[in-house]
Amino acid sequence: MAIILDHVSHIYEEGTAMEAAALKDVNLVIPDGQFIGLIGHTGSGKSTLVQHLNGLMKPTSGSIYYNGADIHTDGFDKKNLRSKVGLVFQYPEHQLFEIDVFKDVCFGPRNMGLEEKEVELRAYEALKQVGLEDEYFYQSPFDLSGGQKRRVAIAGVLAMKPEVLILDEPTAGLDPKGRDEILDQIALLRKKTGITVVLVSHSMEDVAKYVDRIVVMNQGCVMYDDEPGMVFRHYKELEQVGLAAPQVTYIMQELKKKGLDVDTDVITIEEARDGILKALKR
Amino acid sequence: MGIIEAKKLIFEYIRRDEEGNVEGITRAVDEVDLDIKQGDFVAVLGHNGSGKSTLAKHLNAILYPTEGTVWVDGKDTMDEEYLWDIRQTAGMVFQNPDNQIIGQVVEEDVGFGPENMGVPTKEIWERVEESLKAVGMYKYRKHSPNKLSGGQKQRVSIAGVIAMHPKCIILDEPTAMLDPNGRKEVIRAVRALNHAEGITVVLITHYMEEIIHADKAIVMDKGHIAMQGTPREIFSKVEKLKELRLDVPQVTLLAYELKKSGVNLPDGILTCEELIEALRL
Ligand SMILES: Nc1ncnc2c1ncn2[C@@H]1O[C@H](COP(=O)(O)OP(=O)(O)OP(=O)(O)O)[C@@H](O)[C@H]1O
Ligand SMILES: Nc1ncnc2c1ncn2[C@@H]1O[C@H](COP(=O)(O)OP(=O)(O)OP(=O)(O)O)[C@@H](O)[C@H]1O
Ligand SMILES: [Mg+2]
Ligand SMILES: [Mg+2]
Repeated sequence: MAIILDHVSHIYEEGTAMEAAALKDVNLVIPDGQFIGLIGHTGSGKSTLVQHLNGLMKPTSGSIYYNGADIHTDGFDKKNLRSKVGLVFQYPEHQLFEIDVFKDVCFGPRNMGLEEKEVELRAYEALKQVGLEDEYFYQSPFDLSGGQKRRVAIAGVLAMKPEVLILDEPTAGLDPKGRDEILDQIALLRKKTGITVVLVSHSMEDVAKYVDRIVVMNQGCVMYDDEPGMVFRHYKELEQVGLAAPQVTYIMQELKKKGLDVDTDVITIEEARDGILKALKR
Repeated sequence: MGIIEAKKLIFEYIRRDEEGNVEGITRAVDEVDLDIKQGDFVAVLGHNGSGKSTLAKHLNAILYPTEGTVWVDGKDTMDEEYLWDIRQTAGMVFQNPDNQIIGQVVEEDVGFGPENMGVPTKEIWERVEESLKAVGMYKYRKHSPNKLSGGQKQRVSIAGVIAMHPKCIILDEPTAMLDPNGRKEVIRAVRALNHAEGITVVLITHYMEEIIHADKAIVMDKGHIAMQGTPREIFSKVEKLKELRLDVPQVTLLAYELKKSGVNLPDGILTCEELIEALRL
């Protein structure tokens, strides 16, 4: 089963002076179990796109299907959809509201009608997954540092155990270790449970390291949709639209220019290290 | 005396319940000394919750020391008389741009600061134009800031601070929401302000690449300063940084990995050029 976007367009404030076409005829199939990276310049429509996947926004035209059903037909269970397709917002403040961290994380699963014991178990487990220390559990989420808030927001969605997990720039504001820890946790979770993950990110390095497929947005349109190695081959075109290849790709290109016989399609540090070692031995 | 100085700065957040009884105390900044010279570019690194934002909020008198003293341009921040002087000397860009955007139109928002300072109208418009251009947002001047994307908003809030022509700008993770290009543009703009205008910069970031050109880096850990030095000195200590939940720039990491695999390389390589040179290519 899958999420399908069929000719989806979204225009903000249609008919006013402020009219903005944020999505233009987007067609996408998100099959079960994939780890997808969604990248694009600021304002390219990523947040708008992901808010369509759980029915939070309605397309101006086009349709969205979840497991074969059009999510905007009468009688479609939207509440159920939101627990199945969990979205972590770009700004964690937009999703935190309870008086303490633990209650905040309980909100989602409780809303799903789960038993109280299960709710608390899940909240605890999720907070552990995101690496928030116990001392913060009973503090107001608003009294936390930026990175701590981010963790709570992610935990709140993980606790619903969604089938599809959408993370809108989940690592913005996390310290480097936290960045790796959270993404490792998500990758592990996906390996164990087979959930689908959509990761919106401005870090080409993170995307290169974790995802199987990259969708590149440019001014509301899908520009590339391919595996990471293939997408980053178009680094010149990506630069034109505000993006880049991972930094190691550029390093490899420089080394090659200086006569070191390395493969320049490399996108991770490990690949780069191995490539350079091999070339140096020659 | 430097533009920013702190002596044994301590700050404690006190949490109270509904009746006002103290529930808990968090010491967010713990005996921090600072001495930042006019024109310096200082980077502040540190794990989540290490006290960076709390420290930054002391530099333009949003928070006041629980103990110790902070001076901005020689003025004690506790001295209410100087509040506006201090806020004009040290402009702040926050972690979340939503919290500081006030105008209905981008250019109004950016003009708000200088207007409040009593800058003549004509000059306000010049400043608005110059600062919006500096962050690449001039063509959005007639837009509503609330309807911009995350990254666009962030650049508008930076323009708003630049327009006040402060002696010092404090940026609290200004690039967290930007695309690679936007990140480069902002860092370039900040470096240009630092170089050309001699504006002091305090940059808080979790992106290690952004600070390789800083004069000095300060690493915070649980409220205190754990390391300080030039970026090269700091980034030579890969293991120590990892313990502090930090990282090194990608080039530095690659060089470190190569060194571990037996390639003869020095510590603290910060740029691709340095790597090429060290590999004798
Ligand atoms: N509520 C709104 N009303 C009008 N226009 C909007 C609104 N929200 C976003 N837009 C516009 O729609 C476009 C897409 O915005 P969106 O937030 O989806 O971009 P994004 O790719 O998520 O950007 P970022 O990387 O900066 O988060 C932008 O041009 C933005 O200005
Ligand atoms: N308003 C507040 N009330 C109580 N405690 C707070 C408040 N704001 C921050 N803290 C606590 O103070 C400590 C330092 O927080 P601060 O926001 O300064 O960290 P930071 O280094 O900026 O972190 P980040 O990288 O996540 O932004 C943390 O333990 C945090 O939970
Ligand atoms: Mg967005
Ligand atoms: Mg902070």
